[in-house]
Order: sequence, then C-alpha cells, then structure tokens
Amino acid sequence: MDSGIIGYGAYVPRHRIKVEQIARVWGADAPSYKRGLMLREKSVPTPDQDTITMSVEASRHAIRRAGIDAQKIGAIYIGSESHPYAVKPSGTTVAEAIGATPDIHCADFEFACKAGSEGMFVAMSLVEANQMEYALGIGADTSQGAPGDALEYSASAGAAAFVFGKEKRIAECEHTYSFMTDTPDFWRREYQFYPRHAGRFTGEPAYFKHVLSCAKKIMERSGTTAKDFRWAVFHQPNGKFPMRAAKKLGFEKEQVEQGWLSPTLGNTYSGSSPMGLSAILDVASPGDRILMVSYGSGAGSDGFIWKATDRIKEVQGLAPQTREQLENDPIYIDYGTYAKFRGKIRKLAN
Amino acid sequence: MRDVAVIGIGMNRWGELWEKSHRQIWTEAALEAIDDAGVDHVDAMFVGCMSGGLFMGQEHLGAMLADQLGMGPIPGTRVESACASGGLAFRQAYLSVASGMHDIVLASGLEKMTDVDGGAATYALSTAADQEYECFHGITFPGLYAMMARAHMAKYGTTEEQLAAVAVKNHENGSKNPLAQFPMKVTAEQVMNSVLVADPLRILHCSPITDGAAAGILVPLDMAKKMSDKPLVKVAASAQASDSIALHDREEITWIGSTAKAAEDAYKQAGCTPKEISFCEVHDCFTIAEIMVTEALGFFDRGQGGKAAESGETALGGTIPINPSGGLKSKGHPVGATGVAQIRELVMQLRGECGERQVKDAVRGMSQNMGGTGASTAVHILERV
Amino acid sequence: MIGSSRYWREVPQRYRYEAAKCTKCGKIFFPPRLVCNGCRSREFETVTLAQEGVLETFTVIRVAPTGFGDETPYAVGIIKLDDGVRITSQVVDCDVEKLNIGDRLRLEFRKVQEDGESGVICYGYKFVPAN
Ligand SMILES: [Zn+2]
Repeated sequence: MDSGIIGYGAYVPRHRIKVEQIARVWGADAPSYKRGLMLREKSVPTPDQDTITMSVEASRHAIRRAGIDAQKIGAIYIGSESHPYAVKPSGTTVAEAIGATPDIHCADFEFACKAGSEGMFVAMSLVEANQMEYALGIGADTSQGAPGDALEYSASAGAAAFVFGKEKRIAECEHTYSFMTDTPDFWRREYQFYPRHAGRFTGEPAYFKHVLSCAKKIMERSGTTAKDFRWAVFHQPNGKFPMRAAKKLGFEKEQVEQGWLSPTLGNTYSGSSPMGLSAILDVASPGDRILMVSYGSGAGSDGFIWKATDRIKEVQGLAPQTREQLENDPIYIDYGTYAKFRGKIRKLAN
Repeated sequence: MRDVAVIGIGMNRWGELWEKSHRQIWTEAALEAIDDAGVDHVDAMFVGCMSGGLFMGQEHLGAMLADQLGMGPIPGTRVESACASGGLAFRQAYLSVASGMHDIVLASGLEKMTDVDGGAATYALSTAADQEYECFHGITFPGLYAMMARAHMAKYGTTEEQLAAVAVKNHENGSKNPLAQFPMKVTAEQVMNSVLVADPLRILHCSPITDGAAAGILVPLDMAKKMSDKPLVKVAASAQASDSIALHDREEITWIGSTAKAAEDAYKQAGCTPKEISFCEVHDCFTIAEIMVTEALGFFDRGQGGKAAESGETALGGTIPINPSGGLKSKGHPVGATGVAQIRELVMQLRGECGERQVKDAVRGMSQNMGGTGASTAVHILERV
Repeated sequence: MIGSSRYWREVPQRYRYEAAKCTKCGKIFFPPRLVCNGCRSREFETVTLAQEGVLETFTVIRVAPTGFGDETPYAVGIIKLDDGVRITSQVVDCDVEKLNIGDRLRLEFRKVQEDGESGVICYGYKFVPAN
C-alpha cells in the first residue's frame, strides 16, 4: 500500500476513579475484580467532555504531528458509540473546529468498540484510492456502564486520531484484514441509556474468536508471525482479555505492554486499540512493525500491520504523548462525583 | 437650556411585594410624587425599567403606565440601561424639561422581580452583561463583581474586612430608613461568615432581589419658585457615559471608567469638586462596587476606597457620607427604580427631611447609578437653592 | 436559552478563536468588530487568538445560572492571552481552591452549555492549567 499514517494524536481526560470506589458502593470485592479484570482505575469524562471535544483535541494533536494544512483534509470519520447527538453528526463539529470545512466528507461510524478502527480503515482506503490527499480517522468514546454492572469498572473515556496520507508517512500500512460475523454479545437498543451484554458469552465466541481469527488471518496473508512484530495492540475491554489474546497468538509481554493501557485507562471503546496504537507510535523506532487488532461487539475485528518510518522520531515530541496524559497529574474522584459527572443522579426536571 | 428643579418625590416600601402588581407599585410611587409636588397634571412621563419582559412578561411599559396615571394621552417613554435605567429615565426627564419641550415631567423607575424564580431572576440580571462572551461561559453578576473584587484585592491590598465594612455601614444607615427592604444591622463577622456566592463575594456582599418603584416631578426652576413652598432643589448636573459591556474589554478591571467620565462631566457642569459634595448615593450592587465607585467619583485615590470605608470616612458623619439611605444593599435594588430612588434620597436630604439619617449641612448631593459592570453610568448633582 | 442560530453564528470565534486585527494600528478584537476603537479604521484581517495566557482574575461560582448547576463549584476567570487579548472563560481540570492570579493556562475545546436535554449542545473554549 502507498498510504499510511502521517500524524497521530490521543486525548485522555484527567479525571479517574479507582475500582475500590465503585466496588465499595455496590458491595463488590475490589481485590477480586482487580485481579479478575486486571483493572485498577479508569478515566472519567467531566460533564463538559464528550466524543466531540476529545476528538477535536486528539485531531489537533494529530494535525500538529502531520504538519499539514487542515484545509487539505478530504474526509473525517469518527467512530464512537457515544456520539453526543442521536441525530446530528459529530464529524461536522470536529471539521469546523480544526478548520477543515467546507471541502470535506464527514460520516459518523458506530460499531460498538470497533467504530474507531473502521473510521481509520475507510479514511485510509480513500487516500489509497487517490480520492483525496489526506483523511482523518478518529476513535472516541465516553461510554457508560450501568451502575453495579461489571462494565461500570471498565467503561471509560478517551480518543485517538490519525491523519492518513501518502507523503511524509510516519507509519506505512503493510496489510489490512477484517473479520466479521453476526454475534449478539453486547448491544444498546435505541432510547436505552446503558448497554446490555451477554455475560460470559462476550468471551470465547465473541472477543476471542474474532480477535484471534483476525490476527491469525492477517499474519497468514502477510506471511508474518508474532516474531516479526516489535509491537502489538489488541482491543482492551479490560486488562485481561488483550493479554490472553496476545499469549495465545505467541506474543511476549514486551511486545504488548506499551499499548496495553486498560489497567489504568479502562475501556475507551472505539478509542481503545487506536489509543494503544498511539501509545506505541509515541515510542516506536524506524522499521518497527506493529500489529493492531480491534474488536467490536456484534461482532468483528479490523486488523492492520503498520511499519514505522524514519520520520516517526521527528513527530513524537510535537504533541502530548499518550502515556504522559494517562500518567501525569490524574485527578481522583469519588463515586458521588463520578455519578454526578456521568448523569447517573436523578434530578428535578426543568 | 433651562434650570430644572425637582419639586416632588415618591416611593413606597420596598421588598417582596407579593400582593402588589407592577401597576400598583408604580402608580403608588407616581401619585405620591405628584401629590408631593402639588401639581394637577404632568406633560410627559419617563419610566426606567430594566426587564419588564423577563421579570414580568410585560413590555410596552411607557404606554401602559402613562395610562395608569389617568392624566390623558401624555407621552410615556420607557428607558432601559440595565441597572442604570432609573438614572437614565431621570436624565431624560431632566433633558425634556431643560430643553423646553415639556414643563411638568414625571421621572420614575420600576422593577417587579419576585414573580420569577431565582434562576430566572439571575438570568434576567445577567442580560446586562455580554451574553455571548461572558454569560455563555456561566458567569453571573455576583461572579463578575467578584472578579473585580479579587483584582482590586490583588492590586491594592483591599481586604475582606474592608468589603464587609461597606455592608455594615449601609445596613446601619438602612436601619434608619423606614422604607428599606432589609433594615437590620449586620456585623462584619456576619458578613464574612455568610454563605459564599462567588468567591470572594458572600451573600451579605450582594444587594437583594426587590419589588419597588420610585418617582420624582421635574419642572423649570423659575416655575418651581412660584409653585412650591418646600425648600427648592435644583439639578446642578446630569451626566452619562458608557464603557465596554464586557468586563474583560476594559482597560483596567479595577477601574469604572464610565463613572469617572460621567463624574468629570458632572463636576464641570456643577462647577464644583468632589470635596464640595456633601454626600453621595452610589450604586452598591455589591460591596466592591461601592469601593470602586467612590474612587472613580474622585472621593478617594485609586485603591483607597476600601480603607476609606473601613476607617469610617463614608459613614454618616464621615468626611463624605456614602449611601445615607442604606444603599442598594439595605434599601433594596429593584433595578429600574434604583436610580430614581437615589434622586429621592438626594431631594429629602437637601430638604432636611431625613430624620435620623440626615446628613448635617447637606447642600449638594450626588447620585451615581450604573448598569452592568459599569458599561453605563448616570451621575447627577442636586443642590439646595 | 441558546437557540441554534445564535450559537452557530459565533462558531468561528468559539471553535477556531478567530479575531479581527486592525490593519492600521494592530489592535486585536475578539469577537471581530467593524470599527477599531483605537484608530477608527475599518480595515481588519482575520487572525487566530493565542491559545495560552495568564489568569488575570477569577471567581468560583457557587450559585450557578440555569444550566450550570451540575458544575458548581466552578471557576470563571479573565485570561490575558499571550497576544494581549483578554477573554472570559471557565477554568477547569483544576482545584478551584488552589487557583491563583498569574497561573498559566492553555485553551481546550469543551462543551460549554446545552439547551436542556433535547436542545442544541454548545461547544467552545475553556482553559486548563498549562502545567
Ligand atoms: Zn486600529
């Protein structure tokens, strides 16, 4: 392929809640949750942060690294399951804020946690097809887990954005492959505030089947094995699943650790594997090969094989790095503040 | 231009006037002024009202209240300049008499604020600031004055005690005003321990939500000499100035430029200096406002308003008594009525009718009424003839 | 409450911080004006505001206007940007008790208010500590 990533950026909200805070309210055993899910804390969006605001910040970081005029971006695709409006695009607001209107194509994608990688895939494909010079693909979410549900320990907020182009790439795309089936493991019906999931069914026949199949097939088709990759990132619904997937595919801890953000970030849904990728790009060296496999319930996985170019080192320091945002100065909140921030408290209607 | 006198004044008890409509509140004050003047008709009327629409759902107040007056099809004009609406209504009445257009003119002000809840009242008041570039961001009026207070404290070392001293003094004065909404005395401790509204301002730094009206009758001075047996009070100066509506656009956050400019013009018109003013009614919507206004009016140097309030210079019997009526803080602040009520206090003081709160040897009084954070100011000087 | 057209009209300022710079005397106006109050020129060029600045004064809102109740206590300040322009904005992601005049801040894109649960969502600028 001639196209690839020319700029990338992530955005992590500063507020965090620890697993203990949630477990205390619902009478759950925090240590067993932390062990079982390999989660310690998660990011929490403030009431003034949503998919659009985080997408704008991540995109600004990405454009800064790309070093391009935003007017030349031909498309913006935002993948999210928490678009602020049920009807009204997120993409137009982001396009307007980064100064990319009006010669642009916008679409909002939704595919549970896979929407971000799907936005990336379509954006890059249009560049590859010479439909446009640059395109922006974004994964962002401020997902909600129902109070007391296992999802409440993981559903978090974050965004990653990628500018695709053919010139001045920082990572070439060597291969893509997608694997889809109709598998009802997690969903949210119209007008419902919280999603539902099918418990342990979300594991083997859903997450693992799709992630492992996608990873195996993309490696098979590209003639690679785990040893050919310096880095790998898999979708992170919790801390445990991606590590288990990595092990089954023959990856070592050192290959996945850098992009494994979920223990302290939580599951940023559409932002999950894209943010893992941005954390890897923050440290990657020229020639490093990266495997990325997303997963979205419903269900499917998008696989990408990236190879960092010489230019990677020039852009890493141009915008805030992913782990730096994750680790520097978090603001810890209690469950009451979290419930208020996330609109979980029933109030007097105006 | 003709010299103009104020020969009648009227005001009712201010407060939460649940039983009274704005028609009744206003007409009571207007009739009292008419009776006080001893006139049997008026040629025109002006009413200052900030937001009949947002507070009562009623606009078109010029015509509506002219009709309530029952004196025929006289011109009725509503004047709006946020919290300075009353001061500007008085100024328009003054200009219409001074110019020779009319002989007997009613100046009035009105606000009925308690028919909406606190959120709606806060919103209505906030429309005096820049809606898109201040209020859009969640700032309130107490918040805007709080930012002025914090800047003043940082720049000049003004203290919380000095802010509190303004409230203590105005409640002390207001306790001697039978029409005041909150005539109780307060201590500095009470002020400094009252609930925070917008740091560093607390509830007892803020003027209240009030229903009320005030009115005055203006006639040419020559005519007044023939028709009134009360001590004559003439308008020695009427000045008005503007500034940016947004606080952040001011050259200095700690300086109320529109007040300084209007005062400069007023001193020139009256041919006097700040030292020759016997007392002053100022727009103390918040305690910090009084401190900054007394500086802008030239009573104290920049940054010295807080110290002056604390040392008693602005108390009754001080070098320059400020707000002998109790000010907006104690008397109440029905926004559109405030500027006219200040004129009423000036006339009463100059006539020597203020009893316990009477300023000794009052010969020349000043009023300062401002809109928003000081985007508009009306300054008047009245003199005993 | 903010209606669509009123909100939409300010998008260049709220999203992209577009201001008008007097081509004659260099004074910057935010939002743009048609006449320079410094030199009365009517010629302007569009510039983008500096996105970092210093907190010149601030307050902590405890009693909020309608629509902001969920955010109390929140800080609102006047920020002097590095290009000399002053703007009013919320200051977020900070401990409001530890905010100080002189703090260095940078701009972030945030939701500023919304017209109830069914109305338009209004985005714009807020400031956060610049580290
Ligand atoms: Zn100019």
